[in-house]
Amino acid sequence: MKVTWSRRHVLETDDWSREEIEHVLDTADGMLEVLSRPIRRAPPLRGRTVILFFAEASTRTRVSFELAAKALSADVVNITATGSSVEKGESLLDTARTLEALGGDVLVIRHGSSGAPYFVAQRVGAAVINAGDGAHAHPTQGLVDAYTLRAKLGDLAGKRIVVVGDVLHSRVARSDINALVPLGARVTLSGPPTLLPAAWRCGDLPSGVACEPDVDRALDGADGVIALRLQRERQEAGLLPSIREYARTWGLTEPRVATMRPGAPVMHPGPMNEGVEIDAAVAHGARSLIEEQVTNGVAVRMALLYLLIAGGEPPATPPLTGVV
Amino acid sequence: MRRTVNRIAHEIVERERDLSSLAIVGIRARGDALAKRLRDAIRANEGVEVPLGALDITLYRDDLTRVGYAPIVRETAIDFTVDDRVVVLVDDVLFTGRTVRAAMDALVDYGRPRAIRLAVLVDRGHRELPIRADFVGKNVPTSLGVDVRVRLVESDGRDEVEVVEMARV
Repeated sequence: MKVTWSRRHVLETDDWSREEIEHVLDTADGMLEVLSRPIRRAPPLRGRTVILFFAEASTRTRVSFELAAKALSADVVNITATGSSVEKGESLLDTARTLEALGGDVLVIRHGSSGAPYFVAQRVGAAVINAGDGAHAHPTQGLVDAYTLRAKLGDLAGKRIVVVGDVLHSRVARSDINALVPLGARVTLSGPPTLLPAAWRCGDLPSGVACEPDVDRALDGADGVIALRLQRERQEAGLLPSIREYARTWGLTEPRVATMRPGAPVMHPGPMNEGVEIDAAVAHGARSLIEEQVTNGVAVRMALLYLLIAGGEPPATPPLTGVV
Repeated sequence: MRRTVNRIAHEIVERERDLSSLAIVGIRARGDALAKRLRDAIRANEGVEVPLGALDITLYRDDLTRVGYAPIVRETAIDFTVDDRVVVLVDDVLFTGRTVRAAMDALVDYGRPRAIRLAVLVDRGHRELPIRADFVGKNVPTSLGVDVRVRLVESDGRDEVEVVEMARV
């Protein structure tokens, strides 16, 4: 069986078909097996260069991409905004063009401005992967969450997944929706009304998405929950009375997650504020898939790197003229 | 085909007296079904259960960037250690030898086998690498303009080997 893969960039999965998303997740299955071997490395990207350009802080996404590229035998170069020519005032585009001229086959970009990876993708020849742009999107995390949920729950059709927390500032929430809804899942958003996008709060929701500010009602009978990080650095604007009130009203506690279906998983994209959006007992409890998310993250990013570099149209099979 | 597989099974046993260190690994997609048949034949003939594995070589192909598309990566399933075993690789058709080269690369990432042998159903010639099979079902001399297709009950509903002529492109 051959699947056509025609994506040159991974910017956001909002225009991906179900088949494309499933192709990535199926490829990740094979990659996870590579990671379980005594020698956690395979050679398909030998001689290729993956450049990680992170203009915003990150631990797990950057390390995850680095391990993924190395597991496929690519060379990896790390660049951060501090310590690079960005500090001297070099523009994003010039930086990207320089990185491409230096031989980068894939540019993995994290940037504080929404749309930065799109801007670069239109202007360079290298493949671009969005590793988080402002409050817009974090497509690889969305695919990781879809992969992790699919591995746990099987077919996601009809499954109801709750996303709770600071949806307004969360690129993960948006990418989760764009990865889960095409697979047939329904997403229920929950959190303080001030931290839900106004249009969504007022009922103008994308298909497959519902809004339920009361987290107890949202969790009742759900098939899984993804807690979002409360972005404390953005809470100055009076959107919340206090962190304590947030934790009491919307934090994931044992009694709350117990109202979901038996065995329904708990996830968090990290980094966690334990005791705020999620209790330590839940984060490290039996339902938690948070460590699986991290492991699966490497496999899913391997799948994306592999498909971007080795992908393309399947070759035409020559027509047959007859049996000899 | 049943007789051929059975004969290869006998040849393997004859050559590798020590069945306790033997393992059979099929190359996906057709080789793994053939490997299972060999394992079953050895069990029926000798009463010995030889470990069975399946190898996906997609990530080891040397033509990934030349063919310009990404073949589906399937899981490799080898749940025993290959260290110090004699591993018999199994594939349906031996042609250029590049698949076998990739399979050997993949296999040594799992450990250090004592020896690697190669069993194929059909050897059609035209090698591009210095590789030969230890156990051959049938030698089928072919020209480069034809394709040899093996079909198996497990994947295609019937057992047959067909030599088809391809239009020149």
